[in-house]
Amino acid sequence: MALSHLAASASRSSSLLKPLSSALSLRRSISGDNSPLTVETSVPFTSHQCEAPSRSVETNPKELLTFFRDMALMRRMEIAADSLYKAKLIRGFCHLYDGQEAVAVGMEAAITKKDCIITAYRDHCTFVSRGGTLLEVFAELMGRQAGCSKGKGGSMHFYKKDSNFYGGHGIVGAQVPLGCGLAFAQKNSKDETVTFALYGDGAANQGQLFEALNISALWDLPAILVCENNHYGMGTAEWRAAKSPAYYKRGDYVPGLKVDGMDALAVKQACKFAKEHALKNGPIILEMDTYRYHGHSMSDPGSTYRTRDEISGVRQERDPIERIRKLILSHDLATEKELKDVEKEVRKEVDDAIAQAKESPMPEPSELFTNVYAKGLGVESFGADRKEVRATLP
Amino acid sequence: MAATFHGVGATVAALSSSSSPSNSFGSKKLLSSPSRSFSVRKRASFTVVRSDGSVNFDLNSKGRRAQQLIANAVATKADSSPASSSSKPGHELLLFEALREGLEEEMERDPCVCVMGEDVGHYGGSYKVTKGLATKFGDLRVLDTPIAENSFTGMGIGAAMTGLRPVVEGMNMGFLLLAFNQISNNCGMLHYTSGGQFTIPIVIRGPGGVGRQLGAEHSQRLESYFQSIPGIQMVACSTPYNAKGLMKAAIRSENPVILFEHVLLYNLKERIPDEDYICNLEEAEMVRPGEHVTILTYSRMRYHVMQAAKTLVNKGYDPEVIDIRSLKPFDLYTIGNSVKKTHRVLIVEECMRTGGIGASLTAAITENFNDYLDAPVMCLSSQDVPTPYAGTLEEWTVVQPAQIVTAVEQLCQ
Repeated sequence: MALSHLAASASRSSSLLKPLSSALSLRRSISGDNSPLTVETSVPFTSHQCEAPSRSVETNPKELLTFFRDMALMRRMEIAADSLYKAKLIRGFCHLYDGQEAVAVGMEAAITKKDCIITAYRDHCTFVSRGGTLLEVFAELMGRQAGCSKGKGGSMHFYKKDSNFYGGHGIVGAQVPLGCGLAFAQKNSKDETVTFALYGDGAANQGQLFEALNISALWDLPAILVCENNHYGMGTAEWRAAKSPAYYKRGDYVPGLKVDGMDALAVKQACKFAKEHALKNGPIILEMDTYRYHGHSMSDPGSTYRTRDEISGVRQERDPIERIRKLILSHDLATEKELKDVEKEVRKEVDDAIAQAKESPMPEPSELFTNVYAKGLGVESFGADRKEVRATLP
Repeated sequence: MAATFHGVGATVAALSSSSSPSNSFGSKKLLSSPSRSFSVRKRASFTVVRSDGSVNFDLNSKGRRAQQLIANAVATKADSSPASSSSKPGHELLLFEALREGLEEEMERDPCVCVMGEDVGHYGGSYKVTKGLATKFGDLRVLDTPIAENSFTGMGIGAAMTGLRPVVEGMNMGFLLLAFNQISNNCGMLHYTSGGQFTIPIVIRGPGGVGRQLGAEHSQRLESYFQSIPGIQMVACSTPYNAKGLMKAAIRSENPVILFEHVLLYNLKERIPDEDYICNLEEAEMVRPGEHVTILTYSRMRYHVMQAAKTLVNKGYDPEVIDIRSLKPFDLYTIGNSVKKTHRVLIVEECMRTGGIGASLTAAITENFNDYLDAPVMCLSSQDVPTPYAGTLEEWTVVQPAQIVTAVEQLCQ
């Protein structure tokens, strides 16, 4: 009550003091503490060829608040990318992850930065959860020098080597054999780390997935294949593309687990379980039952193959951020207002990053030829007279 | 010198003569003393590279290149004799053994090197290139994969992203078409799309080319399909010496390298140095210096060219034969120097006429050296047909020595 009085008085004071007061109130709860909290997942796990982990997830207020903040940041970032695309600052393909944030956030909470993650083209949020900055995201989306791939990759090619985020791949399904290769390297180095290779329900029908799974099971690789099942492969519903939509069972001899992908805590529990399993017994498949609010990409309105009612229904019932918000509020970890302040803060952060990214210059013309080969080898350097010749652009 | 080459000459003769007795090319005439055409091939191109030499050898450094330059370009007899006397103590082996030696030495030197492929481990490799390596290095470094080119090539690339140095073997290059997506998009482009964060030090190798009646699908020349993938390097070996050297250089390179071997060249015998050496990946090899015409070739066609060269020399021509070795990027420096000297170019390749290495090379030469050419660049390639099974038809799909002789005569008139 004192707090609400404080907040009320703060609203009357100048805007300069406002952040101070909200910081005061935030200091009480948003920093959170590590006191353990046990939460039940919304839906039990379904397992295939293995024992499902328990529904009770160990967490703490700090973690819940971090979840909230991170997911709010990701949501805001994706919405901002939407507007930037419509303003023609982002071109080409832009695949947005809003609705699926819980998968990225929950997975990150269960693992370390030494574990590898590799995903397909819907990679903005996974990049951020791996430690990428907003500036790198927006600059790369706009093709600027400050981008994570120096502007040369684009939306589908985000990578962060130092935190073992291996991208960012445009061809559907091709990242899964790469992920199994990462797991092979990890097995070789014997450092008790695993690889999470993410793919969608559309990619689940690719042959190379089964090839890679076979090899991983044969060689006992610590590979965890995660199917982010958002029920639509671009415009095709999963029941029209797959005879068996039980993607977690598709491994046959490889165990699988079906998880509610809109519940960050369930995702965290499943990933923890999967990591332990993979280190001991080889590959495992996780199916994350999730949903994307946007269309497949910015050129897809997302409403020709599904109804708006369906989208708003999921948004009302299963939205990951709302779920965490309700959890926080019901456990009295923060007030409604504090959470709203977090969202405002996050919005500002995103806006600042966009402004900064807009100032970043476009890449130099000579960048066209760098990084084709390691150490600049290649046809353009060895002209007929063996001098360093850079082609002049028209 | 003559003694050591008998083996090569004999095999070369066996290669190019067809099994059918009604060989209209009169190859008998060409089988005279093989030593003559090889006597000027420089042996001085080996260098002692310390086995603890840095992994990232700097190809740009002129100083380094002076040491290991194969351009002692125009080898003189004087150069080759002191060199050859010190190479006498070398050892003789077949091309596939040379590949194996190179692979084995690199695997000993660097624990990150591993081999993946079908039947490379316990079986020893379908062409015996990896024989004995599995027992020596274990199952984790010599990996037998199931028949799943797309995924195990992808896995090799994924492993390379973390710093391992896999050598992926395609049992036949043609099978790598199944892995084309991985090779093109991931192998070639990841260094670029990640802004330089990841290097892919992978080697993809395997036998290709037209063999002995292997049929259309097993006689493909993949270099023409892969040549426009940005970010990869392609090399083709043709002798035991350069096979070992290129294999080692490819493994040490930070870039993805595709090493093209040829099914019919695996049993070539040659004496190679005992010392550790590598061959520069981007340089061409001067096989026979000359004055009248530049003949550019690679892989198996080198031997057809050398056979034709014997006839040409008898007829009074002096062809300069260059084995381009580096299919991507082309060594335009060596080629250019040659063109500036002879002013006539003949390209002899095994790729098909449309879209082959010869086509690109013709374009590159015309663009860069047009002023130096006295005649249009001539390119002899295989026919644009699937390789037929029948022996006589198969012979007609590839370029034969007699055609090379005719072409040179035409060019030089």
